[in-house]
Amino acid sequence: MLEIASLHVTVDGREILRGLTLSVLPGEVHAIMGPNGAGKSTLAHVLAGREGYDVTEGTARLDGADLLAMSPDARAAAGLFLGLQYPVEIPGVSNLLFLRTALNAQRRARGEPEISGADFMARVRAEARALGLDLEMLKRGVNVGFSGGEKKRNEAFQLAMLQPRLAILDESDSGLDIDALKVVAAAINRFMSPDRAVLLITHYQRLLDHVRPTHVHVLVDGRIVESGGPELALRLEQEGYERHAA
Amino acid sequence: MSAGSSAAAREGRNPEAAAAVEALSSYRWGFTSAIEQELAPRGLTEETVRYISARKGEPEWMLEWRLKAFRIWQTMAEPQWAKLSIPPIDYQDAHYYAAPRVKPSLKSLDELDPEIRRTYEKLGIPLEEQKVLAGVEGARRVAVDAVFDSVSVATTFREELRKAGVIFLSISEAIREHPELVRRHLGSVVPVRDNFFACLNSAVFSDGTFVLVPKGVRCPMELSTYFRINAENTGQFERTLIIAEEGAYVSYLEGCTAPMRDENQLHAAVVELIAEADAEIKYSTVQNWYPGNSEGKGGIYNFVTKRALCRGARSKVSWTQVETGSAITWKYPSCILQGEESVGEFYSVAVTNNFQQADTGTKMIHLGARTRSRIISKGISAGRSNNSYRGLVRMGPSATGARNFTQCDSLLIGDRCGAHTIPYIEVKNPSAQVEHEATTSRISEDQKFYAMSRGLPEEDAIALIVNGFCREVLQTLPMEFAVEAQKLLGISLEGSVG
Ligand SMILES: Nc1ncnc2c1ncn2[C@@H]1O[C@H](COP(=O)(O)OP(=O)(O)OP(=O)(O)O)[C@@H](O)[C@H]1O
Ligand SMILES: [Mg+2]
Repeated sequence: MLEIASLHVTVDGREILRGLTLSVLPGEVHAIMGPNGAGKSTLAHVLAGREGYDVTEGTARLDGADLLAMSPDARAAAGLFLGLQYPVEIPGVSNLLFLRTALNAQRRARGEPEISGADFMARVRAEARALGLDLEMLKRGVNVGFSGGEKKRNEAFQLAMLQPRLAILDESDSGLDIDALKVVAAAINRFMSPDRAVLLITHYQRLLDHVRPTHVHVLVDGRIVESGGPELALRLEQEGYERHAA
Repeated sequence: MSAGSSAAAREGRNPEAAAAVEALSSYRWGFTSAIEQELAPRGLTEETVRYISARKGEPEWMLEWRLKAFRIWQTMAEPQWAKLSIPPIDYQDAHYYAAPRVKPSLKSLDELDPEIRRTYEKLGIPLEEQKVLAGVEGARRVAVDAVFDSVSVATTFREELRKAGVIFLSISEAIREHPELVRRHLGSVVPVRDNFFACLNSAVFSDGTFVLVPKGVRCPMELSTYFRINAENTGQFERTLIIAEEGAYVSYLEGCTAPMRDENQLHAAVVELIAEADAEIKYSTVQNWYPGNSEGKGGIYNFVTKRALCRGARSKVSWTQVETGSAITWKYPSCILQGEESVGEFYSVAVTNNFQQADTGTKMIHLGARTRSRIISKGISAGRSNNSYRGLVRMGPSATGARNFTQCDSLLIGDRCGAHTIPYIEVKNPSAQVEHEATTSRISEDQKFYAMSRGLPEEDAIALIVNGFCREVLQTLPMEFAVEAQKLLGISLEGSVG
């Protein structure tokens, strides 16, 4: 599904990703762990198409299509979703309007009909309830006045509503209280299916207790330096990244 | 409004529908062919003023009023202080004021600026109406038929207004049918010598609208000047006079979201509103005159004088405007808050893109005790445009306990445009309070990326963020207008990124 081959990325002339290779198949959950500043968010942003990153070498393909040649909205329509580490506020645009506009834009791009108001609201109610988000809150501006944890729940809500094929979740667990962590983890598990995949960027095992990864990777200094199964995350929790130090 | 608007909004204008048909035929068979060449002299002289008045069959007092205005105008100079660079306008060029205006005749829509054509399509305007708007040869017939069609439907609305006692006429009709009313009020809020453009308008105004809502009456429908074919005849020097008697209420919509092309570069309208005790007038404008092409060529100069007199106690006037068009806009809808506890509101969105220049704002003149005003201005600049907000809040000596709140927000798209906020505050009563807040921001890359990563194409993403920025203003518009205004904001910002 996702094929990244020897990806090199510079930001402001500084090389952040330095030959990153990764392959994700449908039905897989890949956890990416690594020290602060290693390049995890950079990877997520480059895959989603954020400006300001120069890809100097390498490729990234989604279902064979050249991701790097597509605009962010085209990537979204192709089934990619990025849950941001720091969700953004858009004053004056209600969460519901934002989401509905986005959903319909994706549908249009795929040649599908727009969703009806009634269907949309029915799904909103179901997903909002599951994520413990108040409907009144969703009528407010996008993420405006939301607490850190509420913003993360809102990202999970958008994931549930947009139903992409590949979800890249950048620290979806940070800032969440214990109960919210379970709620968000449950949303990720509900989302997963044999034809979907998740790239889970996290610092902590506690999320992986709820969302069981099929693969765990260690990203250090712009490269994946070690890969393994769920047991790797448990070991990292004990040892940290000392043995990977450059 | 565009074609998407309901029949009701259009037919609100119906008293003028019949006039439009009449006017059209006389223009077609009399004026445009022969009279224009023989009688309309080049250059603006007393003869021109007499000619306009005679053509309209106006009474002697009206002619005298115009002539007086003309003589004053000759002694005036164009205002220089607005933050605009205005290419010199040759007022002696007959082209600017000759009464019946001839649109550029295109052989077919294919000759139309593709940009405009795309906009028509985006607004969903039917092909035949596109032809009328663009002034394609042979399209008039269709438009005239359209007027005939709606005349019958319109009669019902006319009847309803008549029952309510609301007078809603073209100003020419009003001069004929209610001369005493027009004579009493015309120029009472915007005096003839008020400013260069208002004075010019007073001398040569072509047509416009007259509304009177009698005591205690709530006007049963939104009134709209919008009648496509008619706009063609009244656009250049429009004159509007609206009077709400004691306890009356009226909501009035002006404008058109479809970009109008016009040979006449100069537009100088005057709008006067009078609210008596406990009356309320809500005046909403969506303005989308041709802004010129992306290189800055062509485009309308829009110099408008709009002023409301809140004469009675507890009267209220709200101006809401969404300005996206014109090459140059110079406009300050104002309120004179004379009655005690009267209220003035100004909600504005002004968008400039490419080479457009806008200098807009408001004046709130507090005279009465405990008068209140509220100003919310949202300026959006993109491309190489310049957008200025200029606001005057004056608290007179007798404005005890008066209050003003002003909020001016500017949003910049790109780094070649400019936004300027220029507040003038004069307080002559120590108990009056004036509060002013101003912000300038840019559309952040973060916001744009966030919206795009959810599937919104870049221009839609920007339109959404901009609509959010303008929300407070857009929500004061009547529902139907608000939806169109939102679409329009998106369209006017096209090409502003990337
Ligand atoms: N726009 C930028 N300009 C300059 N440096 C940048 C920019 N964006 C990222 N960097 C640098 O790139 C490196 C990788 O950052 P990135 O955000 O990808 O790290 P991360 O692995 O997500 O870290 P964390 O665990 O703290 O979230 C950091 O050293 C960061 O300072
Ligand atoms: Mg990060």
